[in-house]
Amino acid sequence: MSEAAGHHGPPQGFLWKYVFSLDHKVIGLQYYGLALAAVFIGMVLSWLMRFHLVWPNAAIPGLQLLSKNGAPGGVITPEYYLSLLTMHGTLMVFFVLTNAPFAAFGNYFLPIQIGAEDMAFPRFNMMSFWTTFAAFVVLVAAFFVPDGPPISGWTAYAPLSAIGSDAGPGLGMGQNLWGISIALFCIGSLLGALNFIATTLDLRAKGMTLMRMPICTWAWFITSCIALLAFAVLLPACLLLILDRVAGTSFFIPAGLVVSDRLQSHSGGSPLLWQHLFWFFGHPEVYIAILPAMGIVSHVLINSMRKPLLSHRVVIASMLAIAFLSYMVWGHHMFLSGMNPFSGLVFSFPTLMITIPATILTLMWLGSLYGARLQITAASLFALGFISMFVSGGVSGFFLAQPSIDIYLHATYFVVGHFHLVMGVAAIFGIFAGTYFWMPKMTGHMMNETLGKIHFWLTFVGTYCIFMPFHYLGLAGNVRRYSTFVDDYMAPLMPVHKFITIAALCTGAAQLIFLYNLAYSRFWGPVAPENPWNATSLEWAIPSPPPWNNFGDTHPVVYHDPYQYSVEGAKEDFIMQNSPEQVKTPVRS
Amino acid sequence: MATSVPEPPKIDSPQPSKPFPTMHGGGGTGGLTPGDGELRAVTDRSPEPARTGIWVALAAIAMSFAALTSALVVRQGSGDDWQRILIPRILYLNSAVLVLSSLTLEIARKKVASYIRLEGVTRSQAMQWVGATFALGLAFVAGQYVAWLQLRSEGLYLSTNPNSSFFYVLTAVHAIHVIGGLGGLLRVMYLLRAPVPILRKSTMDATSYYWHFMGMLWIYLLFIVWIKL
Repeated sequence: MSEAAGHHGPPQGFLWKYVFSLDHKVIGLQYYGLALAAVFIGMVLSWLMRFHLVWPNAAIPGLQLLSKNGAPGGVITPEYYLSLLTMHGTLMVFFVLTNAPFAAFGNYFLPIQIGAEDMAFPRFNMMSFWTTFAAFVVLVAAFFVPDGPPISGWTAYAPLSAIGSDAGPGLGMGQNLWGISIALFCIGSLLGALNFIATTLDLRAKGMTLMRMPICTWAWFITSCIALLAFAVLLPACLLLILDRVAGTSFFIPAGLVVSDRLQSHSGGSPLLWQHLFWFFGHPEVYIAILPAMGIVSHVLINSMRKPLLSHRVVIASMLAIAFLSYMVWGHHMFLSGMNPFSGLVFSFPTLMITIPATILTLMWLGSLYGARLQITAASLFALGFISMFVSGGVSGFFLAQPSIDIYLHATYFVVGHFHLVMGVAAIFGIFAGTYFWMPKMTGHMMNETLGKIHFWLTFVGTYCIFMPFHYLGLAGNVRRYSTFVDDYMAPLMPVHKFITIAALCTGAAQLIFLYNLAYSRFWGPVAPENPWNATSLEWAIPSPPPWNNFGDTHPVVYHDPYQYSVEGAKEDFIMQNSPEQVKTPVRS
Repeated sequence: MATSVPEPPKIDSPQPSKPFPTMHGGGGTGGLTPGDGELRAVTDRSPEPARTGIWVALAAIAMSFAALTSALVVRQGSGDDWQRILIPRILYLNSAVLVLSSLTLEIARKKVASYIRLEGVTRSQAMQWVGATFALGLAFVAGQYVAWLQLRSEGLYLSTNPNSSFFYVLTAVHAIHVIGGLGGLLRVMYLLRAPVPILRKSTMDATSYYWHFMGMLWIYLLFIVWIKL
């Protein structure tokens, strides 16, 4: 516990340099790679599901090799559809939306942006990644156990998730693996959050006051505070779930439950308890995914606008308000759970309140854009795309926050459209913005801007084609989680589903452009200068890629607010945070 | 590696500041002049994150037990199978042992500090008190194990009823944390063993905050067990 900042020597040998590295930058890249692997699997799963929804009887060649029972002859069974859905949600929420914007970019850039040599506890940092990696392996292993992955969704509602293999395929070993994986993930995230908080509080360079930290540093810091308390609740919840499954306890399983014609030997448990514990984590988790993206987008936009946001303090205060309120809204996931309707009303108020800081943030971005001469780059396009997705997805949140309207829309595609836009795709756009912006620093090579812009437009149009129709499907009463719609009252909606599936396949294929760009530029892209974007924060004051101890043997001193752009009287149109240059009228925000 | 006290960071010498009129009262934002007033918030000395880190870790642990407590309250209300269990008497003895270990740890802290400041305390004297704390901690964990054996002998297993379930879960999760604290004490002893003491004050402090917190947490859990289970 007593490792002080960066007091490890330069790495020796391949294993210590790239595998069990203590270097926050290598760990950041490891997280990024893990997120890439997870997003690839998650996206393929969504393709399989979309394909099955519109061509339910068509065989997918080779799928029977993955699961003989789940996809006999390559045709997905309804149960296996739910398995794919569970794995898609779990992989995307935990291993992509939490890992990439928070753990990957945060690990890489938080210490540099505050002028530190490394994280506060480099060993914990390494353990954090490898625990998360183990969680990933355990989760993916669920594909290869005899009855496949669990069918209880990424929220693993009890009692379905708690009973065991009586309740359906995947609920034996698969669900156990899910529980172990998520418990491991909690431990990894707790170690990470601990590191982020201690690093931000203790290791700032001389002159780096809290208000001089860039917005994304603030976002990672606030996110780690949320993660610390949220994962600390999910961990014991997973423990109780695992005990219900393997030790015969009855925390979540009520009495007298007959499943598959067998009376379950449990008594008196509360399924609602699981939902409370899960969503107490689950709603803050949404902000764990979106806050870092907000920080990245602000950071990128400010650089492209060459001016700071209207108010640095208001942006930070809004993010703090979101973090605070995120703990009071979990019940809005449970309006229809059988919870007391008055509780629903109580949870509805803070849910509507949380739209206020979110709206302030949006107005900060839009208001700052007004009159700005925005430089159009792939990164700034994705930042704008983030705002678009966040607003489009957020607006439907107003409706869902009303218990009376939610009765109709609950468990329909409306909800699916809502959270995919506001949390999923928005955060992904934040990740892309961060990738195009920071990859030159991380790899030392510039990415191709033209390919980046093509990638943006295809992805931007594609995601709207996928997720906007979801809202109409939901309003038309199309329920979630069903594997086929061809034979029932939802059959007239099939053309919309076909359109969505084609859009999903095309948008997914467009990501190959990104992968190509990423891989090509990594090796053959033009060599990146130290500060290609003329940016002001400390990560651009050191070589690309940075040496193992970031600032070499020196310790930076910070003289300025983070975003000194378009400064009157300065030598250039910007002043770096560590530049001792002085002007009469610094940029105030 | 915590093998040496870090050197204070080298600071680029600040440029001579020109007397600009300041329009605001210093602080972080807007400050430009690299005078001392603008740089006061962060010290030159390399800070020791262990002290911050331990409070952050304790916040997370407190949150976990808050979650378990609320689960207990909800579970009590959800079924009609809440059956009080008789608390094994040995828990009171264990509590006394744990409280005592906090006292010995405080003495150990003083002795260690005196030893490092070369104030006439020998290493073995300092080590004795840390060792005593470790032994008491070990005795506590062993005592908890005896309590479990007693419950077992009464036919109360993990899955017998919700009360026994919560009893085992709460005590086991707490015991795991105490074992973590024992690891911390071992580490303190290891660092103390070096010919030139390389134990930092922050390591000693962090370990003892953690240990005292485990004591307080146990008193809280005993109270919960006493009124609820």
